[in-house]
Amino acid sequence: MKILVKSGRVIDPANNIDDRLDILIIDGTIAELAPNIDAGNCEVINAAGLLVTPGLVDLHVHLRDPGQEYKEDIISGTKAAAAGGVTSMACMPNTSPVNDNLAITKYIISKAKEQGCANVFPIGCVTMGMKGEILTEMGELKEGGCVGFSDDGLPVNDGEMMRRALEYADTFDAPIISHSEDRSLDVGGVMNEGPVATELGLKGIPWVAEDAATARDIMLAEFTGARLHVCHVSTKGSVELVRQAKSRGVRVTCEATPHHFTLTEEAVRGYNTNAKMSPPLRSQEDVDAIRAGLADGTIDAIATDHAPHHRDEKNVEFAVAMNGIIGLETLLPLTLKLVGEKVLSLSQAIALTTSQPANILGIERGTLNVGACADIALINPNKEWIVDAGDLQSKSKNSPFLGWKMKGVAMKTLLRGKIVHQR
Amino acid sequence: MSFNPKHILGIKNLTAEEINFILTTADSFKEINTRQIKKVPTLRGKTIVNLFFEASTRTRTSFEIAGKRLSADTVNISASSSSVVKGETLEDTAQNIEAMHPDIIVMRHSASGACDYLAERLKCSVINAGDGTHEHPSQALLDAFTIRQHKGDIKGLTVAIAGDITHSRVVRSNIYCLNKLGAKVRITGPRTMIPPGIEKLGCEVYHNLNDAITDADCIMMLRIQRERQGATLIPSIREYARYFGLNETKLKLAKKDAIVMHPGPINRGVELASSVADGAQNVILDQVENGVAVRMALLYLVAGGEKLQQN
Repeated sequence: MKILVKSGRVIDPANNIDDRLDILIIDGTIAELAPNIDAGNCEVINAAGLLVTPGLVDLHVHLRDPGQEYKEDIISGTKAAAAGGVTSMACMPNTSPVNDNLAITKYIISKAKEQGCANVFPIGCVTMGMKGEILTEMGELKEGGCVGFSDDGLPVNDGEMMRRALEYADTFDAPIISHSEDRSLDVGGVMNEGPVATELGLKGIPWVAEDAATARDIMLAEFTGARLHVCHVSTKGSVELVRQAKSRGVRVTCEATPHHFTLTEEAVRGYNTNAKMSPPLRSQEDVDAIRAGLADGTIDAIATDHAPHHRDEKNVEFAVAMNGIIGLETLLPLTLKLVGEKVLSLSQAIALTTSQPANILGIERGTLNVGACADIALINPNKEWIVDAGDLQSKSKNSPFLGWKMKGVAMKTLLRGKIVHQR
Repeated sequence: MSFNPKHILGIKNLTAEEINFILTTADSFKEINTRQIKKVPTLRGKTIVNLFFEASTRTRTSFEIAGKRLSADTVNISASSSSVVKGETLEDTAQNIEAMHPDIIVMRHSASGACDYLAERLKCSVINAGDGTHEHPSQALLDAFTIRQHKGDIKGLTVAIAGDITHSRVVRSNIYCLNKLGAKVRITGPRTMIPPGIEKLGCEVYHNLNDAITDADCIMMLRIQRERQGATLIPSIREYARYFGLNETKLKLAKKDAIVMHPGPINRGVELASSVADGAQNVILDQVENGVAVRMALLYLVAGGEKLQQN
């Protein structure tokens, strides 16, 4: 079966392409990129006026499946992804039960393959039960499809355990994906420590909780020579720590979320539980530092930390509300906003959401290489839309961006050449 | 002017004029409390629910007496366990109460923002009787009322507040209130108990009690929570009392006619030496007495104020 994506502005940062080109897809694989392809009798998708990019890659998603399907499942989560132009995602292992064994890994992969509308790459636990005591069987998990290891949300506290995890994962060429936060410095905090928390009477989480843990994890990566990926940097200090580490040649990468480069702690005012997440929204200075880190290449990827929660888990007193927000469907416009604000070039923005996260995960996605899977996003960068809970594909609606006017949207999303989303 | 707010959730959003109006209204109620028959029919037919999720004797009793002296029907609910433990959400609890058509819910809750949460979701009026470490508006108002009683005007006074600032809703409401009324506020306590950015609310920070109270017109001592000792904030009650407790010697640093206040309950020998707690400069029981009048004013104004008589 042949599909021709015609006359779009094709942007493929990995191949340095930004040109008006046609893309010929044969049997779900990219067969040719060229101007004015004459493919004879085939299905034609008119992409005139649209950006044609590799399908986005989100390396930090919580799909809640198995175990918490009332929040999200692999079907709804991948639908939300497709609607957001995302064709590949890595899903965190804090499901119920957690993904610390091959059975869960296989379950996720097979369900996504059979019923999902995006590629799902599981991340396995670092330690059994995410308890920080015994390493998981990373060799077997990697072979079974895990792309990295993380005890996301329950950071590996013990230094020796973190050291060994880095070394052991490196044996199998997998990164340790670390939610770097020293929980002993976060004594029941629910938002960033600072003037806003003081005023609202909410317990604060100090930046040093993130910086101290990031520093330790980077030093361990440097010491072991193993590969570390730091999740959702939210502070000025952790961006700087990664920047310095990279200049020393440490094998470290990091990601930032759209909410951390878009919102500050001010969003919590009014006790808005959709502004509660871990790490918390920080100060303007931190936001500026993250934007600078994205611009200068210190930050390698934009990831959503898509964390669906049921209304009942958010419609409560701020202190007891669950941490996290959904993000798959707002990733694209919030990233393009940085282009509009001249923080990033368009090519940088696409690289941060396609080839660069794919490289971190070591997956063959995020490019429009000839021979690659035809995972493609057709984007109208100028289309304005309002974030409305009723329109979101995710089962959960916990977004601080509800009611926001966004600019930029995926008009069509192709997964292996098949249209999985269109508007 | 007239001022009939739907809710009283905090001092932050009140103007000086509104605060003064509340205090003036309280003036007119104060006398009722010393009558032979301490009851007026003002709120007859109104139902007030005191919904307390945290233990409280003083505030709850004060609101209850205030309601009763205005002839409202008052109901006390002590929901000692938090909504989470009970398995019922705060919204459900509140909606159940609202279904019985109260006019005002007076709530205390351990979560900051809980009263704002309630006010957003219910049709009846909500008065904040203390939410987490956020605000305690009726306390700040009765404090202002008491200062005014002893000092005449609040404008230009220096007020020092000492203790665990981080965990105090009384401090936050008082900083707002005193600033709006033109006083200068100093706060003091060990650094472990001073939250970052507190000065932005309108106060000067001191880490030495003596400096903070020097030449002050008014000293507010906060209750130190005994359970905090031995945790990471202070090593011992003994050391706390030594450096941040107020005794007669230290009190001499303040103005001669300075008054000593405390929101209660006091820890004798900890933040307040007994000689000060019982001394001539203490106005602690005036605060309690005035609390009833101030809360009568709040209930009256929230219920409709002058419009009540017109009906």
